[in-house]
Amino acid sequence: MATNEIPLWEVFIRPRNGLAHKHCGSVHATDEEMAIQAARDVYTRRGEGTSIWVVPSAAITASDPEHKDENFEPALSKVYRHPTFYKIPDDVGHM
Amino acid sequence: MTARAKIDQTALVTILLRLADDHLILGHRLSEWCGHAPMLEEDLAMPNMALDLIGQARSLYQYAAEAEGEGRTEDDLAYLRREREYLNCLMVERENGDFAHTMLRQFYFAAFMQAFWDGALESADETVAAIAGKAVKEVAYHLRHAGEWVVRLGDGTEESRRRMEQAVDALAPYVDELFEADAVSDAVAEAGIAPDPASLRKSFERTVGAVFAEAGLETQAVPYGQTGGRRGLHGEAMGYLLTELQYMQRTYPGAVW
Repeated sequence: MATNEIPLWEVFIRPRNGLAHKHCGSVHATDEEMAIQAARDVYTRRGEGTSIWVVPSAAITASDPEHKDENFEPALSKVYRHPTFYKIPDDVGHM
Repeated sequence: MTARAKIDQTALVTILLRLADDHLILGHRLSEWCGHAPMLEEDLAMPNMALDLIGQARSLYQYAAEAEGEGRTEDDLAYLRREREYLNCLMVERENGDFAHTMLRQFYFAAFMQAFWDGALESADETVAAIAGKAVKEVAYHLRHAGEWVVRLGDGTEESRRRMEQAVDALAPYVDELFEADAVSDAVAEAGIAPDPASLRKSFERTVGAVFAEAGLETQAVPYGQTGGRRGLHGEAMGYLLTELQYMQRTYPGAVW
């Protein structure tokens, strides 16, 4: 990466207590504090969040798109792994 | 029925208009960046702050209109006064300049307003206290956001530092006016409605000093500051600003969303 480029950060927002932080996009920022502020300004303007995480995009290791077939296709034929054969009681809430 | 401190209504209306005009005019200036910011993140951050400021201005205009009791609305006050009737300080009407200039101006204004709203939380006037209660959170974010930029630009590259130093020089003559006191602000302070601007200087200097120390910047003392905004005497840029700000209401009187 060129040194005069502003680094990219991945943004995760938690909409409510009890829910997980979810990836919602990315921002440019010079450091982590500015990244949090940029994320706040870009992604929580309509009250979407109660908590923000930012992670340097460079710190993320991604799966290789070329390994897509061997990684993911074997799971497609194994429907019995889905928990759709059970009824979840209403009281359980978010799973 | 809200509690009101006993005070000459003219002084109350005047102080509300000064505050409201500061917020409307600076909000307008910030909104001019929309679509022109150096990066998408700031293209949202600046209009976000502008909307906070304009929201605060609306509350203040509504209360000013009510206190005035002459049937004028917030829109009349915001859009249909003449230049000499606007009572904002000169700093907020200045042209945006570059990003460093805009951020430093925002930082100065937020440093002043944070101290002001903190004091106004205890206002003898319930409406003023309620407006302060909402504004303190918004201004705390503006102060943090603009302050972080002052540090990063001041302590950044050669170019960013040069630009931030130029901004410090350019804005230096407009700082003193923030703390100006007169018969109106004295009356309002005495009635416990809003803090005496002169009393906020220490807090302002502490806030600015801490950020400037981190940014490696030095404040510039000026032999005499610019003044006049609180009496309706404005710089050349103000007329152009109002022309744009008032265009819709002047062209389509009474237009609403």
